[in-house]
Amino acid sequence: MRFQLTDDQRALKQGVRELLARRFDREALRAAVRRPGLDRGLWRELGAAGFFALRLPEAQGGVGLGLPEAVLAFEEAGRALLPGPLTATFLAAGRVPGAAEGETVVAAVDRGAGAGGGGGGLVEWLAEADVVCGDASGAVPLRSLDPLTPLHRVPVRVATGAAGGAGTGDRGAGAGAGAGAGAGAGAGAGVGLGSGGGFGSGSEPVSEPEPVAVLLTAAEQLGTAGRVGELAVQHARTRVQFGQPVGGFQAVKHLCAEALVRVETARAAVYAAAVTADPADIAAARLLADEAAVGGSRDCLQVYGGMGFTWEADVHLFLKRAWVRTRRASGGTESEELLAADLLSGAGR
Amino acid sequence: MDLQDTPEDAEFRARLRDWLDKALPTLPPKPPPDDWPARRAYDLGWQRTLYDAGYAGLHWPLDAGGRGAAPTRHLIFLEETERAGAPYVGANFVGLLHAGPTIAAEGTAAQRARWLPPILRGEEVWCQGFSEPDAGSDLASLRTRAWRDGDDYVVSGSKIWTSHAEVADWCELLVRTDADAPKHRGITWLAMPMDAPGITVRPLRTLAGSAEFAEVFLDEVRVPAAHRVGDENDGWRVTMVTLSFERGTAFVGEVVACRRVLGELAREARSNGRWDDPALRRRLGRLNAEFRALWRLTQWNVSEAEASAGGGGGGVPGVGGSVFKLRYSHARQELYDTAADVLGDQALDLDRPWVLDRLSSLSYTIAAGTSQIQRNIVAERILGLPKGR
Repeated sequence: MRFQLTDDQRALKQGVRELLARRFDREALRAAVRRPGLDRGLWRELGAAGFFALRLPEAQGGVGLGLPEAVLAFEEAGRALLPGPLTATFLAAGRVPGAAEGETVVAAVDRGAGAGGGGGGLVEWLAEADVVCGDASGAVPLRSLDPLTPLHRVPVRVATGAAGGAGTGDRGAGAGAGAGAGAGAGAGAGVGLGSGGGFGSGSEPVSEPEPVAVLLTAAEQLGTAGRVGELAVQHARTRVQFGQPVGGFQAVKHLCAEALVRVETARAAVYAAAVTADPADIAAARLLADEAAVGGSRDCLQVYGGMGFTWEADVHLFLKRAWVRTRRASGGTESEELLAADLLSGAGR
Repeated sequence: MDLQDTPEDAEFRARLRDWLDKALPTLPPKPPPDDWPARRAYDLGWQRTLYDAGYAGLHWPLDAGGRGAAPTRHLIFLEETERAGAPYVGANFVGLLHAGPTIAAEGTAAQRARWLPPILRGEEVWCQGFSEPDAGSDLASLRTRAWRDGDDYVVSGSKIWTSHAEVADWCELLVRTDADAPKHRGITWLAMPMDAPGITVRPLRTLAGSAEFAEVFLDEVRVPAAHRVGDENDGWRVTMVTLSFERGTAFVGEVVACRRVLGELAREARSNGRWDDPALRRRLGRLNAEFRALWRLTQWNVSEAEASAGGGGGGVPGVGGSVFKLRYSHARQELYDTAADVLGDQALDLDRPWVLDRLSSLSYTIAAGTSQIQRNIVAERILGLPKGR
């Protein structure tokens, strides 16, 4: 057992961090908030760097790496607060032409965490997508909580029992009515992904979400949690009140310490899940990473004080994105139920 | 990044399992919690059994009488012994986890030869004389004094929270040798024989009902100067070595035990119908996530220590142990609070399983540095936040 990053893994993480620092720094982040929309140039650069093709075999033009490397790359994406349907495009690589290269932007219908069944779900970045996985017909835009994640809601449909094959969702149908009418017109072929029809048409019974998607979401949450923890510490070191940096006050100190504890615990869980790919490990990783990202962002906002409550500081962007991610498949309740069942299965040890 | 046993580790694990299968059924019955002489005999007997089988001091350095195994090997040992339900270190806790590693790291060759083999062979019990009535979390403000008289130090003062004091042979003692120096500077680390004249031990009853630890009163106790580990007035640094061991590795077996308890709780909840309560079920699921993560964090920390020690064993765990200790002590309390909800009214019956554990768990956020102190350590030493009020 050597549960530490290898030199190659460290280098990969650093490489993704540098690419994102160069192409999506704070200026780019703020610009994206002012002018929402997907940066196709950046998307293609990510593709060229192998971001989406990380797990594709080299024979298929991929990088041939594994889940741990994917998790490290997504952690960096979460750290940089990189916008876009990263997970859907990543999972489509090798199955949807152009996805691996970053030429095709792929969105996916996500039934959401704790939705309580009944179909429906959310789609991130529908209007910008070239291809949609799942049936997004009738989707209507929301006024998204996160200024960097446009959202559509797919209505709950009554099962007809007739639709058979892979999802043939046509995003053009309903999405056109809302934002982005005409954008990317014509590219509407939905593609069913995942074993057992993870992203099928709306008429299919609810099935297991792709565990990899759950884990990559956890990785993004981990990256965000780490970043907001650092922001909080930086602020606490420099912001002076009552004649001393606020980080000298025990109350502030403890907020920062707890944030680090959550990050380190989540990191161990996320990395372990990337190594084992075990569903219970993935569920645990997701719960802890959601907690670390949301809790860390909230605490960071608290450390920032009044400025944290404004659009001037970036903190709200991290918190809003963390909240969006908690609503993706298999967060919260679903993961808790899976882990409860795991205790009885005897596999819990 | 991997979590697989190496072939050598897998073989070690298999051999250890076989041995535990044979050794555990021959153990005498467990003594009652308040019978300290019986507990001492039982715990020392188990340590001797481990020693004879070659499992004592696995990760201690070779020149300290250990086997120089890598920390991951020690992790396998703790995991398998706990899984098999083997006895805990018990009265050997301080010797094996505090005093021994400190002497191995800071002691002279003569001191290592004198004190370490009896710890590993299960012949001598150590206790910890750190805390005082007015020096708990603020350990450095301790006031027990020692002054030099010929070849001896003469010690007067009192200690508290001293586990195993009634049956200990030695005490790792912190004393103030320079009252005028800044409070962290005038402290010295001594090995005090517990049969020296002038020592009085008064047991303290815990809220869980047992006499788990004691107050120790010291009235001009003579301790040979040769029993000083480290330099005079350098005891604080020596102590930090000790405490980092305490926070780094002391809870490994307990995490495995908590995971076992969690499985038992789930089965109990199913048999008594509480499993049908979704809120309770989800709490158990979340605790599963928690203890899985704590186990992974342990593996991460141990791998990190191994990397920093070059795989040779004996690496001193870093302040990362504070991160683990903080999270674990609260998780443990949450575990037994949840157990109480699984038990319902039976949670008020001291004879039911987990009820005493719930009471004991209350100490976890206090002992070995309160959660508040741990947060300060994390904030100041890991995050680099300024010291302040």
